[in-house]
Amino acid sequence: MHPAASVIIFTALSGLGFGLLTFLGLGQPTVTGWSAFAFFFIAFALAVGGLIASTFHLGNPQRAMKAFSQWRTSWLSREGVIAVAALLVMGLYAALLIFADIRIIPLGWLGSALCIAAVFCTSMIYAQLKTVPRWNMPTTPVLFLLYALSGGALLAAQLHIAFFLLIALTLIQVLSWMRGDVSFAVAGHTIETATGLGHLGKVRLLESPHSGENYLTREMVHVIGRKHAVKLRIIAAVCFGLIPIVVLAGFELNHYSVVLIILLHIFGLFISRWLFFAQAEHVVGLYYDKR
Amino acid sequence: MTALPTSTAKKLGLVIDLDICVGCHACVINCKEWNTSNYGAPLSDQDAYGENPTGTFLNRIHTYEVKQPQKPAQTVHFPKSCLHCEDAPCVTVCPTGASYKREEDGIVLVNESDCIGCGLCAWACPYGARELDVKEGVMKKCTLCVDRIYNENLPEIDREPACVRTCPANARHFGDFADPESDVSRMSAERGGMRLMAEQGTKPVNRYLPPRPKADIQTDSDINILAPFLEPVSETPKGLLGWLDKALEAI
Repeated sequence: MHPAASVIIFTALSGLGFGLLTFLGLGQPTVTGWSAFAFFFIAFALAVGGLIASTFHLGNPQRAMKAFSQWRTSWLSREGVIAVAALLVMGLYAALLIFADIRIIPLGWLGSALCIAAVFCTSMIYAQLKTVPRWNMPTTPVLFLLYALSGGALLAAQLHIAFFLLIALTLIQVLSWMRGDVSFAVAGHTIETATGLGHLGKVRLLESPHSGENYLTREMVHVIGRKHAVKLRIIAAVCFGLIPIVVLAGFELNHYSVVLIILLHIFGLFISRWLFFAQAEHVVGLYYDKR
Repeated sequence: MTALPTSTAKKLGLVIDLDICVGCHACVINCKEWNTSNYGAPLSDQDAYGENPTGTFLNRIHTYEVKQPQKPAQTVHFPKSCLHCEDAPCVTVCPTGASYKREEDGIVLVNESDCIGCGLCAWACPYGARELDVKEGVMKKCTLCVDRIYNENLPEIDREPACVRTCPANARHFGDFADPESDVSRMSAERGGMRLMAEQGTKPVNRYLPPRPKADIQTDSDINILAPFLEPVSETPKGLLGWLDKALEAI
């Protein structure tokens, strides 16, 4: 799949923002006044910034409001509805905390639950697609939630929880990469099943429909950039997982070193999210004899 | 509403005969001509006369080579457009309700004034039947020429999809698969009509008739079936030719 900047920024940043909001809603850390303002400002900037980025790839963003209507059937619609609900509830919770010094604990819990639900809905936009076997796996929502929560824990300076979440994230990510590499073959899609011509022999594309590219090949048959996938995976895992885990386990940390760890984690997250799209193979590629 | 109807009164769709299609692309051109000038936004082209022309098409023809070991390869021209699936995944993913499947005839359509152009339906389609128009930013797909098949302003003979109407080889047929006595149902039953990528569970309405088996050709010499008729009738020429033959040999 084409790794569009808008969707990478959307999934990565909104995940981090909702992850941080989850911890703030649970009172981890319990903050008030200006320090609460700083935490909530970062969280809302990430979550809202990510959601705005997601509208950049729309053909007609002026009609985006219509996307809230089909929550009964569409994960994308559910994502929109729940994300807005989460932001509203957390906005109220944050406003009371910052300006009135009132902490309504159940409201925070509700907000946290909505934040987790929003990340889950984001993941299901991808995990629901049978056409992309690498995404159509139970590890996809687990990964999205772990990225959101471990990044959120780091941002919320909940380093003890972050340590365990990062270990879980790294393990599940490696497992997901390994499982993902065979997912297309396991799903059983081949050029022979795509064309139904398998009973006649081995099928290959002799001539494509047009000499040039088209929307489908640009959007779904993205084959460039996979060459360095293994190296990029190692760099990603070292940055989002291994170095933060080692540092959290064995070093005394101050504000600056935590910020460095967070930036390193986010760098790794972006590489991993780029790979999530760039390595995903859509079955329509079979008709073009390439994936 | 993006929920799929539990059943449709008709199941309108196409039979595409892979044995007959000659890959002339007439259906591609007529589809583009009709659909760029009728229902919905035009099918735009980008850089149409430049170095890298691209454009929106609702129907595309791939050409495949099928090969068995020790046998000559076979060419199969393969037209592909929306299959109007009974369990259409493109419809249920739509966040705005722009995509829908009609209860009365099963046609899958896009209400372009509701489409935000997010592209998720194209991702959900295994067949590459949906293309986002770059100029209009809305999703385009085969409408089964819904503006022809019920159009009483057209002569009755023209009330079928443009691709079917134009096919010079008669490789495309239009009809109702819900009626077991319809031409398309009977053709599909007789010839083993295939559903593409059935393992995706989309239950496509359109069926593809597989190419008929070729004569079993084993070696290259078998290929020339006219060879026995082309053997020289007489080894030794007579008359003038005989004399000429001898004279030329003697030189």
